[in-house]
Amino acid sequence: MNKNIVMLLAVVALAILPLVIHHGGDAEFGGADGQAEALITEIQPDYQPWFNSIWEPPSGEIESLLFALQAALGAGLVGFYFGRRSAAPKNAEPAPRTMAEHAQH
Amino acid sequence: MHIMEGYLPASHALAWGAISAPFVIYGARRITHLVREKPEVKLLLGASGAFVFVLSALKIPSVTGSCSHPTGTGLSSVLFGPTVTAVLGTIVLLFQALLLAHGGLTTLGANVFSMAIVGPFVAYFLYRGIMRAGLGLSIAVFFAACFGDLATYITTALQLAIAFPDPVGGVSGAAAKFLGVFAFTQIPLAISEGLLTVVVVNLLQKYSRRELSLLNILSPKAA
Repeated sequence: MNKNIVMLLAVVALAILPLVIHHGGDAEFGGADGQAEALITEIQPDYQPWFNSIWEPPSGEIESLLFALQAALGAGLVGFYFGRRSAAPKNAEPAPRTMAEHAQH
Repeated sequence: MHIMEGYLPASHALAWGAISAPFVIYGARRITHLVREKPEVKLLLGASGAFVFVLSALKIPSVTGSCSHPTGTGLSSVLFGPTVTAVLGTIVLLFQALLLAHGGLTTLGANVFSMAIVGPFVAYFLYRGIMRAGLGLSIAVFFAACFGDLATYITTALQLAIAFPDPVGGVSGAAAKFLGVFAFTQIPLAISEGLLTVVVVNLLQKYSRRELSLLNILSPKAA
């Protein structure tokens, strides 16, 4: 379990590190997808997208609402899954220890 | 890795769609079989799809000063294989194309190819190779998820380079430019994705040994 916490802390550190490195506003932290779009325009200035999104979130707020919804739905289901599994071990047949676990004991 | 709506010439959009479709169709049939033969793993399949939902919604800052997102496809590639993952990834990409104006319908085939096919196949074969080499489940899962993620972004860069060759440097010149946007930004995120996937597999080893043995992740003896 401790190993998991260390790994989660490493993920958090990896996300914070860029903010520390670029502290002082020398980076905009724009999306890489958007940068690629800009690069397309740079390589081929006359390229016109030939199809537009059927629907676009009308504002940044609504876009972030939908992204939050996407993450919440996903996290909710993952949490539900582990909630069920961690509550159920008494109902399932007991899992015998693996060789590796035996060796540790 | 989302190529925006309309940002691939129509011929490219069609070609990527034609290349991706068989994988997704085959994957859908695999899911039908899987659910019929091993109904116990249905909830885990849903949770693996949900993991793709979460990770691909998180735009995380990177050392390059821009933001990108993980793919989350490594987990289900290891658990259920690459073609099942192709279906899960397609669902997520459709959601984002229709509701978030991220990616698009015309670029769906190309985006499915990078995120839901190349990434998962790289993840799956790395996982199998590292397991066969006997380096252990955690190492195999870490490298599978990490390099599956990177492979997705490298694929996107190459797809754009083929569609938009540089007037001076040609396709390879454009590839260098697009890789400059995607590849370095993605390295710390790929590491994060590797770590998060290992955490989930550790939890599965603790709580879901039966499902893992049904899916041959753990040998039936060990479960």
